[in-house]
Amino acid sequence: MSLLDKQFTNDSIVIAKVDDLLNWARLSSLWQVGFGLACCAIEMMATSASHYDFDRFGVIPRPSPRQSDVIIISGTVTLKMATRIKRLYEQMPDPKYVISMGSCSNSGGPYWEHGYHVLKGVDRVIPVDVYVPGCPPRPEALLEGLLKLQEKIRNHSSVKKSA
Amino acid sequence: MKTAQDIFSILKEKFEDSVQELVSVLPVEHFITINPLAIDKVCLFLRDNDELLFDNLMNLSGVDDANGRTVNTEDGASKIEGATLSVYYHLESTSFRHKVALKVSAPIDNPDVASVALIWRHADWHEREAYDLIGINFLNHPDLRRILMPYDWEFGHPLRKDYKDPEYYQGMKVPY
Repeated sequence: MSLLDKQFTNDSIVIAKVDDLLNWARLSSLWQVGFGLACCAIEMMATSASHYDFDRFGVIPRPSPRQSDVIIISGTVTLKMATRIKRLYEQMPDPKYVISMGSCSNSGGPYWEHGYHVLKGVDRVIPVDVYVPGCPPRPEALLEGLLKLQEKIRNHSSVKKSA
Repeated sequence: MKTAQDIFSILKEKFEDSVQELVSVLPVEHFITINPLAIDKVCLFLRDNDELLFDNLMNLSGVDDANGRTVNTEDGASKIEGATLSVYYHLESTSFRHKVALKVSAPIDNPDVASVALIWRHADWHEREAYDLIGINFLNHPDLRRILMPYDWEFGHPLRKDYKDPEYYQGMKVPY
């Protein structure tokens, strides 16, 4: 349900709850950190390009974590990169969201046993909101992940504590 | 254009002590085994000799040969002896279009190999990789640091056969 579905009682006034307004604003312009790691990043770039057009959901890559709302962990997280990802996440302003894209970032993927250099899931260093399965996920799957994140934000309540 | 046999004969004549043998076991390509502490002199000769002119080091790779024998010591424990680490060099001459492969082996307890980083500059990062992952100590390398693993990695060289994953690295659990 978006804000514009609400009834207009006057020409220029729309009545809505504060939560709805804030959530609508947040979920409609999720700026992502311009950050890619491995082959998943190619699919992420394809999702950003004109054919799938991430921008129609308000997702624009930003060159700085300080201007971003969401970080898409698109690829294999090595132990060396994990400390940097944690730093990037800490630099993002609240509220911030994380999409874990692909098997590697979900659980280590094909490196789960013999990957001496791979972190077995990015959720060991930062909290993840949405996991997108696939190796790599197709752009449609990433879009579905984004819609799930929007749904999560839409149901957020500033009064009730989220689990 | 020279064959591996021709190149071996030239090298054997010039470096009698350091050049060991020509190994020809099909289907593997021929390679020449060389003393690890003399590989820099041999390589410099291969690059600058007018008949050879090996100007291109196509690849340099480190290998854990996993060839140690288990020996029982007097106090009942067992230890591994005689294991070696090897480095393979694949050379090409862009003017003569001939190629050759070299091999050096060093004992795993003291894996010293002379560096060729100042002969072919692209050997610099190849040797850093072999040092990082296998633990070969290249003597006279200009900048022998880790290149792939984190600089503060202190759990050994991951492609060694006896390597064990650490439990934690910087507070992050490493095993699945």
